[in-house]
Amino acid sequence: MKAFKHKDIIALRDLSKEEIELLIETAEGMREVNSREIKKVPTLRGRTIINLFYESSTRTRTSFEIAGKRLSADTVNISPSTSSATKGETLSDTALNLLAMKPDIIVMRHAVSGSHYYLSGRLPGCSIINAGDGAHEHPSQGLLDMLTMKDRFGRLDGLKVAIVGDITHSRVARSNIQGLTKMGSAVFLAGPPTMMPPGVERLGNVTVCSTMKEAIQDADVVMMLRIQQERQGKTLMPNTREYSRYFGLNPENLKLAKPDAMVMHPGPINRGVEMSSHVVDGSQSHILKQVENGVAVRMSMLYHVCGGELE
Amino acid sequence: MAAQNTVILDVTGVRRALTRIAHEVLEKNKGVENLVLAGIRTGGVYLAKELAARLEEIEGVRPPVGEVDITLYRDDIKGQTAHLPVGKTDIPFSVEGKRVVLVDDVLFTGRTIRAALDAIMDHGRPACIQLAVLIDRGHRELPIRADFVGRNVPTSLKENISVKFDSNYLPTEVVLEK
Repeated sequence: MKAFKHKDIIALRDLSKEEIELLIETAEGMREVNSREIKKVPTLRGRTIINLFYESSTRTRTSFEIAGKRLSADTVNISPSTSSATKGETLSDTALNLLAMKPDIIVMRHAVSGSHYYLSGRLPGCSIINAGDGAHEHPSQGLLDMLTMKDRFGRLDGLKVAIVGDITHSRVARSNIQGLTKMGSAVFLAGPPTMMPPGVERLGNVTVCSTMKEAIQDADVVMMLRIQQERQGKTLMPNTREYSRYFGLNPENLKLAKPDAMVMHPGPINRGVEMSSHVVDGSQSHILKQVENGVAVRMSMLYHVCGGELE
Repeated sequence: MAAQNTVILDVTGVRRALTRIAHEVLEKNKGVENLVLAGIRTGGVYLAKELAARLEEIEGVRPPVGEVDITLYRDDIKGQTAHLPVGKTDIPFSVEGKRVVLVDDVLFTGRTIRAALDAIMDHGRPACIQLAVLIDRGHRELPIRADFVGRNVPTSLKENISVKFDSNYLPTEVVLEK
């Protein structure tokens, strides 16, 4: 019998292929709950989940909150503008204070890569789920992307997945690379050289392409990334128009991919920059399906960490 | 497995028990009108499909069969060190106002049935829920009883009852493992 034995979910890099499969399969079961008229099961009744978001988020925070509520857990949201972080409290102090209120799970998003690892050892008896840390990982996004691909193709093994955009700053790209290469997909990356991290091809079955055309040629999946203007300096690209010309997805270059290729984007979308509206709203777009699957995947993650071994 | 295994029901025995249960279900519910079956994953689902086939043989109408996964309704989630995979609940019909026959292979503590009752109630308000089991082995921990029983088998807590299925998910025998 497959079982999940981690206390935390911080990075897909830390999970085995079997554990990723289990999380995805459980999410498939959770979807049934989301399709009911009464969308609630008593599984995590009496558990407390704190959503601690140091960076802005609509999708992920709402999705984690809904996931917790559908499993009957009590969810509490803390956002930076209302937290003591604005008064100068350190992350460690905030976490210890929250821990004193005995939560079972803390779901955190933080701008500093690796901050969850820093907290993990300091919070005995409480699980930590990473909802995005700096430019490191965003495991729930990686899992929901893989679930959406599996829905479409029935498998992940042997798929050609193109990821285009600002790879350096993208935690979404890192989680997808970690997950997809473990599941047997081939990942092709494209983006301006200023946004391509050196050595990324060492992460597994990853090919760095010099042009976008090369990456999306015959791809099963074209995943576009958001240009993260809040994260990068001003010098990485001349302007968004030029970026869009070389690395934007439009109906023309989408024809290079397989005819039934699926188009994905983690959101929020800069319409007209990384993707034209024709593609965003087109028949090959699975963007809203990704959001829908997000709730089921997060239910699966909350469920499995609650069963993890507590130290 | 252990040295002493006793076959409680062979393939004919299981078949006769299911046929009798089918007749009892029809007698109690006065036919198959408004009747639906709900099997508890996984053994109960196979038995529910078999029971539906018997009901069709007798009445000419096959009642719909749903599948219930109780993992999300278990009462022992807190104590587990690692969680079991969640299976899929599949009830492709409304249970509202229906006469539901819940089907499981072995009735033991009653906790599975409690969880399944909650799972069905979350899908709507049935007119009634009845319970059909192939084996009742005793040791109830909750006030739950079966309406239709294939065979009552007194057991000790150390023993295990196993309902075997072949590759087509048809029941072949029931074994008491000591």
